[in-house]
Order: sequence, then C-alpha cells, then structure tokens
Amino acid sequence: MIAEAGHYALVLALALALLQASLPLWGARTRDAALMGLASPLAVAQFVLVAAAFAALTHAYVTSDFSLLNVVENSHSAKPLIYKISGVWGNHEGSLLLWVLILVLFGALVALFGRNLPMRLKADVLAAQAMVSVAFLLFVLVTSNPFRRLLPAPLEGQDLNPLLQDPGLAIHPPLLYVGYVGFSMAFSFAVAALLEGRVDAAWARWVRPWTLMAWCFLTLGIAMGSYWAYYELGWGGFWFWDPVENASLMPWLSGTALLHSAVVMEKREALKVWTILLALLTFALSLLGTFLVRSGVLTSVHAFAVDPARGVAILIILSVFVGGSLTLYAFRAPVLKQGGLFAPVSREGALVMNNIFLTAACAAVFIGTLYPLALEAFTGEKISVGPPFFNMTFGPIMLPVLMVMPFAPLLAWKRGDALRAAQGLTLAFGVAILGTALVAGLLRGGPTLAPLGVGLALFAIVGAFAEIQERTKLFRAPLGESFRRARGLPSSAWGGAFAHAGLGVTLLGVVAATAWSSESIVALKPGDTAKLAGMELTFEGLSERDGPNYRSTIAALKVREDGKEIATLEPGRRLYTARKMDLSESSIATFGFSQLYASMAEARDDGETGLRLHYKPLVVLIWLGAVIMGFGGVLSLADRRLRVGAPRKAARPSPALQPAE
Amino acid sequence: MTPRGRRVRVSAAVVLALALSAGGAFAVNPGEQLPDPAQEARAREISAELRCMVCQNQSIDDSDAPLAKDLRLLVRERIKAGDSDRQVLSFLTDRYGEFVLLRPRLRGETLLLWGFAPAILVLGLAGYAFWAFRVRRRSAAAQGLTEEERARVEALLDRDVEPGRPG
Repeated sequence: MIAEAGHYALVLALALALLQASLPLWGARTRDAALMGLASPLAVAQFVLVAAAFAALTHAYVTSDFSLLNVVENSHSAKPLIYKISGVWGNHEGSLLLWVLILVLFGALVALFGRNLPMRLKADVLAAQAMVSVAFLLFVLVTSNPFRRLLPAPLEGQDLNPLLQDPGLAIHPPLLYVGYVGFSMAFSFAVAALLEGRVDAAWARWVRPWTLMAWCFLTLGIAMGSYWAYYELGWGGFWFWDPVENASLMPWLSGTALLHSAVVMEKREALKVWTILLALLTFALSLLGTFLVRSGVLTSVHAFAVDPARGVAILIILSVFVGGSLTLYAFRAPVLKQGGLFAPVSREGALVMNNIFLTAACAAVFIGTLYPLALEAFTGEKISVGPPFFNMTFGPIMLPVLMVMPFAPLLAWKRGDALRAAQGLTLAFGVAILGTALVAGLLRGGPTLAPLGVGLALFAIVGAFAEIQERTKLFRAPLGESFRRARGLPSSAWGGAFAHAGLGVTLLGVVAATAWSSESIVALKPGDTAKLAGMELTFEGLSERDGPNYRSTIAALKVREDGKEIATLEPGRRLYTARKMDLSESSIATFGFSQLYASMAEARDDGETGLRLHYKPLVVLIWLGAVIMGFGGVLSLADRRLRVGAPRKAARPSPALQPAE
Repeated sequence: MTPRGRRVRVSAAVVLALALSAGGAFAVNPGEQLPDPAQEARAREISAELRCMVCQNQSIDDSDAPLAKDLRLLVRERIKAGDSDRQVLSFLTDRYGEFVLLRPRLRGETLLLWGFAPAILVLGLAGYAFWAFRVRRRSAAAQGLTEEERARVEALLDRDVEPGRPG
C-alpha cells in the first residue's frame, strides 16, 4: 500500500513538473505575473511528492518488504540498519530516485530562498529546472520503477553487493549526487540568462553560491569515493582513473573553472559568454557522468545497471539537454554584451589561464574516458586507456595550474604587476626551495622529480595565504593590527586561501605516497616477522569472527618499532553468505598523516598466509586536502556578500572590501 | 613455454566470477617475485602498463585474476631471458593485441586520443593571445598613443622592470 502510494506520488510529481516546465515559461514571455508566480509553489509541491516517494521506498527497505523486487534484489533481513537505508541508493532504481530527489530539492530551495530574485529570472530558472526533472521522472517511471511488486514474495532477499556495505559508501552517493545535481542550478540559471538575453554581475552573484555549494559536496564526495576505493578494494591505490571516477572528476574540473570565471563575471562583467558556456558544459558533464555510470556502457564495480534500453534513454536525455542548450547558446550568446577589458597580466588574465588549463585537463579526462568506447563503437577495435595515459596527459596540464595559482590572488584587476606578486610570494618561494633541498638531501630513493613535487606543493600551500599576509600586513605592521585586519577580511578571502592550500596539501600527499611508499608482499607462518619501513610486523595467527551477514577470517599482526608495540593490524577476508562473495578486508594503522596498510590473501592449510603490506607516507593528506578545499568552499559560502543576494543597481562592491592592490 | 596456445577463450563473466570468488591469491604473490631487485622493479613497472584483459580496468600488477598472474609470470620470464622493456611489451602486443596496453601507442587510430587535450590547450592559449593582442592594439589606439610614444612607454617600463627582477 505504501509502495503504491510512493509510485503514485511520483506520477503526480511528473504532472506538476510538466506544469512547472511550461506555465511559468509562458508567463515570463507574456509578462503574466500569475503564471510566473505558479513556479514556486509547484517546485515546493514537487519536492514534497518526490520526498514522499523516497520515504516510501526507504520504508520498504527498513521493514524488509520482500514483495518489492528492488528490495529483494538489494537487501537482506540480517543486514545492519544503516546498510538497509543505504541500500535504497545502492542500486540503479533507488539511486536515480535519489538523483531526482536532490534535483527537486534544489528547485524547492530556489523557490523558498530566492525571494529577491527578479520574477522573470526566477520563473525561467524554475522552468528549466523542471524540464530536467520531467526527463528524469519519466525515466524513473518508464524504465526504472523502484516500486515494482514481486509475486509471490520470497522469504529472504539477495543482499546488497558486499562491496557497497561500508559506511563510506553509505554516504558517498548522496554527497556526489548533491554535487552533480547541484550543477543543474548553474545550468538552469544559464538557460534563463540565455532566454532573457541578459546577464550581469547580479546573475553571477546568484549562480556562485549554488555552484560553490555543489562544488563543495562534489569535492567531498570524490574524496570519500577515493578513500573507499583505497581501503575497500585492497590494493592500496587512491585513484584508479576508472571511468566512473573520471565521470565525477570531469564536472569537478569544469565546475572549478566555472567558479573562477563567475568571479570575473561578478567583479568585472567580463567573460560572460564563456561563463554561460561553462555552466552548460558542467551540467552536461554531470549528465554524461550519470549516463556512463547508469547505462552500463562501462562495466565496473560501480555500474549496477546493465540494460541497454536504459542506456539509450539516458543517451536521449543527454543529447536533448546538451544539444538543446547548446543550440540556444548558439542563437542567444551573441546577444550578451561583453564587459570590461583587461591586460594579460591581471587577475582576470590569471583566471583565464586557470580556465584554459582546467578545460584542457578536463578534455584529457574526457577523451581518455570516451575514446575507447567511441573507437570500439565505430571501428570495432578495442584499446585500453589506463593510468599511464592519464598520468602523461592530465599531470603536465595540471602542473601550470598549481604554479600560477598562488600568483592570481596577488594580481590586481585590469592590470597587474607580476613582479610585485612574485615579491609577495617571497615566503612561499623560500619554503618551497628549502623543502625541495631538504627532501632531496635527506631522502634517498624515489623518483628524481619527487622533491620538486614536494616543493611545488609547499609553494601552493604557503602561497595560498600570501594574499592574506599582504592584506593583513603581517610582519610589516604590529601583530595586533594584523590580527584586527585578519578579522576584518571577508570570509571569501579566507575561503579562497584554504581552497588553494587544500589543493597543495592533496598534491603533497599524492607525491609523498607515490614516491616514497614501501611495500612488502610476504607469506608468513604464525610467529614470523616481516620488516617494512623500519617497523617489524609479527604475524600472530588467524582467528574466526562472525558478523551479522558474513563470516570472516582475521590475521592478527603486531606492529613494533624499536621493540615497542605501536599498533595491531587485523586484515581479513569476509565471506558474505547470501551472495557467496569473498572479499578482502584491509586494515589500516595511522601514524600522524602516514599509514600502514595490510591486506590478506587466503590462508593455506598449514597456516601460512599471504599478506600484502604497504607503508604510505603522508597518504592521509590526499583526503585531508580535499576536506580543506571543501572547508574553504564553506567559508566562502558564509560570506556576507553572497548571502545578501543580488543588489540591483549598486552592483559595485564597496571599496572597503576590495584589496588595496 | 610460449602461451600461444593459451589465448584467452574463457568468457569474461566466468573469469570475473572466478576473480571475485576465488580470492586465494592476490596481485603479485610472494612466490612470483624475481630474486634480482632491479629486474623485479622493472617487472613491476612493466606490469603497471599492462591491462588485465578479463578485469575491469585493472593492470596485471593490481589484479588477482589467474590470467593476470600468467601475464606477470610471462613478463618476468621475458625479463629473465634478457628482453628490454620495449621487447617485453611488443612480445605481449604480438600475442594479445593493442588492447593489452594501458597506454595506447601513438598511431593513426589514437592520434585524436593523444592530440585532443593538447589541441584544446593550444587553441585556448592561442585564442587568448590573439584576443589580448587585439585588446592591446585597441586600447593603445583609444588612448591616442602613437607608435613612437608606445615604444617609449615600453622602453621605460622595461627599464623599470629589469633591475628589480629577483633570481
């Protein structure tokens, strides 16, 4: 009964979405305030209905209602409650429902918090948003109905894919989806701007917080996915250049570019045409990600849907939205007036560089992900594009981004002075050179370029705060005054500094964990000891332990350094009884930012056990950096100037908030 | 000893199921490693470039599928026999095709793959340079500077800039 109500709510939501996609749009063209006014209540009602449907599905999972096919296929009565709930989005139908839920949530948020949006803009934005939800609600109802019944109902379910039964994976999809779908706001605003034929600083100020919010979630979502792969897949890598990972990286790269070009647009009214295009492309890449993961063109751990009909449906949605919006863009973009001019060496110039390089990096990921599919589709020839390709193309393109990054905030708008900016980075240069020299001198082994990588990371981290240093007159004025100035700085200045520093921190982690990790692959009998990175790991023996829906074998390892016991590792293997799947469960001990990582192979009858042991220096920084980036984004979001919304005529930010240079 | 007769005929699904359920061995088992650390390091590097053809986007270095193990042993055999890295790779592509390489070689079919991102980069930079050049001419013209005046300004700017340049 509840399931049918949920299904019915989805149908109603589709009907409302159809109204929302058409009436306000018509109202905006005919200047009919009543029709435009319909957009907000429709958006809120649509959200309530989809939320009800989602609640109905969650209810079925929590109560293990095995008369629903979806629950049977992805749940089990013995599963812990958290995985019963996360099972809702751990499958194709449910995760699409979550996608739609987040989409309509954003629509409702615009309706509720967009009170001071110009009426026509708001009507257009919500109509564009509703067009997306029409497409996806249709898709859910026609090809991926999560409420399909199964008669007779089996007594027990088939359990969720054990790989997904993990706290990290329970929250990874929602984070990622808020990111993906959040970019739909940028898309809807861009479409609205094109329809209006007008775009200004106020528009950029409206789009930026939404994009920033999506970006924060996407950053955290990607980091979470990466950490999950690191500890769950059991071979210690943190990024695999798997197509599904790439699918989330592409919108992140273009979303990052969008955030930066929107700044130029807000402050200087320049780069309008480009910013609009980026907004469209970023959401197109989000849709592409959805297509890649959901259609089953890629078969990987993440893709649970292998059903060509669905693939074709998503491909149609993708082409309609990408094609439609780009056509609109082609017709309407020339109408947009271009704004302020600037010299190549200027804040704008640096941000353009950021955009060019991020776009090229995104292109590298794009072609590497899609080219094998396209080549096979057109010629039948199969090639593989893996990590070595991406390391060779993506890496070199991203390096200049990191090098220019600290300079940009120190350059003035319109016309900057590179030399003065470099002087502002004296401290960063010093720390970078010192760090490179120290690392090169102290650490033997590892690739020759690795110390330079450390230097670049330090340059990015310290350099990120150069603008703060400049604006607070740190070391040039009494500390008290610097402190007072620091408190007076807008939080977006701090946010930018933290986000940039976070990228440097991630780079430091990547360089250290790649260049100086050590590994030992051994077969040990109980009592044997392996040596790794100055530590001694003694294999104590095997034991059996049972979980709620699995049986596990655990190898206990005592870790000693200089004779002192510092940690215990318990890698194991789990046999999930419902699916008869055997998984390696790695065990990690963290020392500061470094980690000792162990995973185990099956034990032989005589007790000899294969163990793979890694020591990964500073590996935690990879994800910590992402958290710092996200924190920077949140700080920026808290900025007063973004919160008050768009002032009408007095669009110039007051001079007091501007940097002196 | 050549694996000519052992070409992969097993369907991917069966092997995938095996890889997931067997779980006995994992990537690079203790017994597989070569005694010479330099050779072993080369073997690891080459392995990272080779695809485990029955897995989802894994190199043979990372995979615990039986086929990956065979290939790892094969790579080590060739290294012991004195092959160079390049010879090992072409030995494998001769038998398994280009699909085995995780970094496709540059050829007609892969020109677009390798050239796309650099082309975007070059186009972007060139477009921007062109735009900047035009803006400069236009703004110079708008400010009413003659060619001669501009040269003098540039000379002055250069002179100012030169001495202060840090190392």
